[in-house]
Amino acid sequence: MSLSSADFSAIWLTLKLASLTTLILLVVGTPIALWLSRTRSWLRGPVGAVVALPLVLPPTVIGFYLLLALGPNGFFGQLTQSLGLGTLTFSFSGLVLGSVIYSMPFVVQPLQNAFSAIGSRPLEVAATLRAGPWDSFFTVILPLARPGFITASILGFAHTVGEFGVVLMIGGNIPDKTRVVSVQIYDHVEAMEYAQAHWLAGAMLAFSFLVLLALYSSRKTKAGWS
Amino acid sequence: MSLHIKLHLDYQDFDLDLDLQLPGRGVTALYGHSGSGKTTCLRCIAGLEKAGRGRIQINDEVWQDSRQRLFVPPHKRSLGYVFQEASLFAHLSVQANLEFGLRRIPKAQRRVDMAQATELLGIGHLLQRHPQHLSGGERQRIGIARALLTSPRLLLMDEPLAALDSKRKGEILPYLERLHDELDIPVLYVSHSQDEVARLADYIVLLSAGRALASGPIGQTLARLDLPLALGDDAGVVVEGRVSHYDPSYQLLTLQLPDSPLQVRVTHGPLAQGKALRFKIQARDVSLSLQAGERSSILNRLPVTVREEIPADNAAHVLVRLDAAGTPLLARITRYSRDQLDLHPGQQLWAQIKAVAVLA
Repeated sequence: MSLSSADFSAIWLTLKLASLTTLILLVVGTPIALWLSRTRSWLRGPVGAVVALPLVLPPTVIGFYLLLALGPNGFFGQLTQSLGLGTLTFSFSGLVLGSVIYSMPFVVQPLQNAFSAIGSRPLEVAATLRAGPWDSFFTVILPLARPGFITASILGFAHTVGEFGVVLMIGGNIPDKTRVVSVQIYDHVEAMEYAQAHWLAGAMLAFSFLVLLALYSSRKTKAGWS
Repeated sequence: MSLHIKLHLDYQDFDLDLDLQLPGRGVTALYGHSGSGKTTCLRCIAGLEKAGRGRIQINDEVWQDSRQRLFVPPHKRSLGYVFQEASLFAHLSVQANLEFGLRRIPKAQRRVDMAQATELLGIGHLLQRHPQHLSGGERQRIGIARALLTSPRLLLMDEPLAALDSKRKGEILPYLERLHDELDIPVLYVSHSQDEVARLADYIVLLSAGRALASGPIGQTLARLDLPLALGDDAGVVVEGRVSHYDPSYQLLTLQLPDSPLQVRVTHGPLAQGKALRFKIQARDVSLSLQAGERSSILNRLPVTVREEIPADNAAHVLVRLDAAGTPLLARITRYSRDQLDLHPGQQLWAQIKAVAVLA
């Protein structure tokens, strides 16, 4: 007894979802984290709190609101319908959107910490050496924040792989479209297929452990500023 | 060739109000205690901080003019900035740090090249190293070379030696002096150390609580009695002289005072005749006498005229400003001696100088 083709399809879908989500989060999360680490605006507190909400809310709450917003009568639902895209509920795109929101703090916070640790001095130095803002971003901030980007990518990816509640609320359980590994395990257990559940659950356990092992082992040395 | 800096800045607990006309060559020291606004002034000139109202003109280039809403961002100003901590990029090797600014300067505008900068600061052997593996003094020398390699029209230095111990300071000062002698880049040098200022600066701006108390050539300004510079035990003057000749048998160097026939002698190693040399004469090392011709162990005796006197830092002493054929001198003598000599402005007498410190 080993993994069935349905299991493999769920694994493939999960990896696809997690990769896409992480990629989007790096692009979206970097400017947010940069802004949070630099701004003196009063909006810093509120925005930081909103980004961190998924850390404390039950996934069902996020899923519930997303379901309403993405549904035919929700704000996003109306928008996507008027653009001829239909509704995003119970689709892979909807899952990606949900995952992006759900995993946001796991990407933004390590990046924000990395940017704060760099401080403003390297940017001032770069400016006095004729580097403009974009130039400094690519030649100073990105390389100095590399450990932060690695941590953010690993955490964002792993956290999306481990997602269950949000998926179930807005994605349902459609093979090849929204049935990710965590849902597939749930299905196996519901169907009393414990042997198959073991295989998938074991694989998830091993994956998660290896990810965290890689993360914590790489934290020995931190790039400093001299 | 001149720098015109007009800044007005209001913070909650500090305000800056400056209108400075500075020479466009040589080293100008912004001197003052911490909190006097010297670093803020430097940061405004660099554009790292934006003064609400102000105008900054460096020779024929205007970097800021708030009346015309002009503010050139720092990366478009042709300046070099040396921070108090060297602030090298930790992700780059020494060589890549040096090239960071150099690469961003069009070839036609490069006036300082890699060979020249590394030679000037003695860092050729460090190029392949990483900033983490350097001493504080080495790091700062690389920071200075990195700034020079942008061929700046103005070099700003914010207490480049303050983070170093005295041994490292002594290690860097000669390089700063070479910079002064060999490159024609005007330097604004922020410092709270009178020693550094005396050794390096040609011109000094004395800052206190965001205002310029005084500014002028170093020799005259240090000798002014109306400034707090003159108070304290280390009051003195800096004189820019020339080597007149060297006597190897007594190991005595004779120095010519500027624009005058007067000379002072000091024990020193041999130096080439005609070399410009800066030396400091402290007020406490100058005593006064009415007669010239006694035999004594004192090497230096100069005819001087009394200009003015003020109370010194304690009740037992007074500070006297003297004129030695155009060169200002300070003497710190007891009030008792002042009365014995019946000191008054215009009086001619003899200054006996116990010690002359060669600075550079």
